[in-house]
Amino acid sequence: MSHATHAAAPHGSRRTYLIGFLLSVVLTAGPFWLVINHVFDPQTTALAIIVAAVVQILVHTVCFLHVNTSSEGGWTLLAYAFTAVLVLIVIIGSLWIMYHLNSNMMPMMGSGMDAQP
Amino acid sequence: MFDESVIKTIFGRLTWESFPVHEPILLVTFIVVMTLGLGIVAAVTKYKLWGFLWREWFTSVDHKKIGIMYMILGIIMLLRGFADALMMRAQQAIAFGASEGYLNSHHYDQIFSAHGTIMIFFVAIPLIVGLVNYVMPLQIGARDVAFPFLNNLSFWLTVAGALLVMVSLFVGEFSRGGWLNYVPVTNLQNSPDTGPDYYLWALQIAGVGTTLSAINMVTTIIKMRAPGMSMMKMPIFTWTALCSNVLAIAIFPVLTGAFALLMLDRYVGTNFFTNDLGGNPMMYWNLVWIWGHPEVYVLVLPVFGIYSEITSTFTGKRLFGYSSMVYATVVITILSYLVWLHHFFTMGSGASVNSFFGIATMVISIPTGAKIFNWLFTMYRGEIRYELPMMWVVAFMLTFVVGGMTGVLLAVPPADFVLHNSLFLVAHFHNVIIGGVVFGLFAGMDYWFPKAFGFRLDRFWGKVTFWGWVIGYWVAWTPIYIVGLMGTTRRVNHFDDPSLQIWFVIAAIGAVIILIGILAFVIQIAVSIINRDKLRDTTGDPWNGRTLEWSTSSPPPAYNFAFTPQVHDLDAWYDMKDRGAERPVKGFLPVHMPRNTGAGVILSGLAMVLGFAMVWYIWWLAALSAGALLIGGIIHTFNYNRDYHIPADEVAEQEDARTKLLAAGA
Repeated sequence: MSHATHAAAPHGSRRTYLIGFLLSVVLTAGPFWLVINHVFDPQTTALAIIVAAVVQILVHTVCFLHVNTSSEGGWTLLAYAFTAVLVLIVIIGSLWIMYHLNSNMMPMMGSGMDAQP
Repeated sequence: MFDESVIKTIFGRLTWESFPVHEPILLVTFIVVMTLGLGIVAAVTKYKLWGFLWREWFTSVDHKKIGIMYMILGIIMLLRGFADALMMRAQQAIAFGASEGYLNSHHYDQIFSAHGTIMIFFVAIPLIVGLVNYVMPLQIGARDVAFPFLNNLSFWLTVAGALLVMVSLFVGEFSRGGWLNYVPVTNLQNSPDTGPDYYLWALQIAGVGTTLSAINMVTTIIKMRAPGMSMMKMPIFTWTALCSNVLAIAIFPVLTGAFALLMLDRYVGTNFFTNDLGGNPMMYWNLVWIWGHPEVYVLVLPVFGIYSEITSTFTGKRLFGYSSMVYATVVITILSYLVWLHHFFTMGSGASVNSFFGIATMVISIPTGAKIFNWLFTMYRGEIRYELPMMWVVAFMLTFVVGGMTGVLLAVPPADFVLHNSLFLVAHFHNVIIGGVVFGLFAGMDYWFPKAFGFRLDRFWGKVTFWGWVIGYWVAWTPIYIVGLMGTTRRVNHFDDPSLQIWFVIAAIGAVIILIGILAFVIQIAVSIINRDKLRDTTGDPWNGRTLEWSTSSPPPAYNFAFTPQVHDLDAWYDMKDRGAERPVKGFLPVHMPRNTGAGVILSGLAMVLGFAMVWYIWWLAALSAGALLIGGIIHTFNYNRDYHIPADEVAEQEDARTKLLAAGA
């Protein structure tokens, strides 16, 4: 019966969890350090934080979620890649559309932004 | 003693005025619904069926019974949604010039919002999920879905959402913001009433059900296929169900997120979608349509699968271009995620954004067109049997192609600037949803009904249903296309130009013809039940089918297959018949099955109470039901009594009965 045919999902070793933990700490503390010590100009800092955040997502994926080419016969990786594509479409698409909308609107209509209490 | 603040604490904003006793239409509806409801309750009590219903149906985790319950829910809600449609058609046919009709705009707005909401969320989705639930596990040779309890919970959450929408008819109001509850109409300052809250809570609860169900179906298809059934040997309906449910998993969280932000706006006073303080209503449109456009394909992909199965079965041929069909489905799945802006070309994005989404939209018509040719080439030189399901397929192809072409027309941004929010658009999406999804659901019901109940549906009344829907569709929507092309806008309850009236009168006549189709469908089921002995099918394979669901008995036993079938070919059952495979008649083993549980009903009931309490600001009840929901969910995880074995004797008994039946029929 098919209930019994679950392929075992990999659970990783203590080593991968430790590596993941250490990398996460570095990738979290690093941006804090950049902000507190004003290492770069604000725009570069923002970019560096985004890069660190994306790298951390990948670290979690590999070290904690154990996504690799072999788990569940590749289905985990496929699902992950598909999700990534869709999330990127949603984020990039929404930003593009809303940015375009904003630049096409008359300046008066944006004044609500400045009227915050 | 009963001062106002105490009453307000106990009942929130629920008062006597919340009950629309002054509205004669609602009062009559309420009396009719109550009489019917009490009649059913009385009958069930009189024949002592409550225990039976609870044990055998409500608590069942059998995918077949859950599938049938989904279908019943969808059909009941279809009657409600269609009643709304008739009211709108009647209003628009008479409300010209001096005549105001019988519905004021406040009431009319609620009706079109409820019509759209019900037809998509509580008719189309339950009917699709129901068919997938029933058929897909049988097609892949599985004994149930991957998470049987979750399936039961998903169903009852959908019911809870549907009930909340129904409650809004008699207690308070429904949303006036259209079927997607658009801001700024539904912002708190513009709609301080309960309408948008009913909408939000009903759809959040039902949405959880749909998401869970989609996760369940994807897991089932990926993990539980019979040995030998590789991805490219999966029946095409299973393929389309897979793509549709993958899409559903991807999009429903976006809808839930958008609704959650609107809820925060309405309950906590945030400004995500307001007009001022940095809010942006268009962001709501952006988010709901990221859900909304793929949702169209969530509905239509499984229906394409149904048409494929039927075409192949009733022409007696293997499906033409199976792999191109699979690739077309996958391509549509991905492309459908790249077109959502075409729902708001006019909002003010520039030419580059509009042309990207316009072209992406037109590109979708290519894989869809490929599918049409695949069906045509399957029929080419086939021995076509015009049974009811095949009639629906032909009607679909003739009707849907027109809807597809008007869709491509609307995908051209300059044309859309003329036709946006016109009745032309309304006619377009009714064309694809009725001509695509609804026809396909009727085809699927006619096709698989004998599998589910062991007898066919009556042919005469099926034909009346068919012609009622097909003729009714064209009579009802052609005039709407015409007035829409002339510039008539949607969601209007009164027109000044008397020259348009004739078109709306014709449309109303069309709606009455569709009504004949719907009534004939109800009669078809009743007549078929009465004549079930004449329509009985003992073979389990009444249409000379090609996929695994036809290899077991009709209706299938609780365990579906005594032995898991071994798949060697795409059309597995046709291949087995072809090779003269013998059905095993002895050596049966006990079957491991999931056990029924009432947790799904109880948790969904609590979710519904939570929704109702939140709509009416009855905070104590909301806190109580939310707490109970959480605790109930935790308690259910400690229920270890989840499975049992059907003893080998029982399996042997059922299989022997089938052996005798098959021998008698031969």
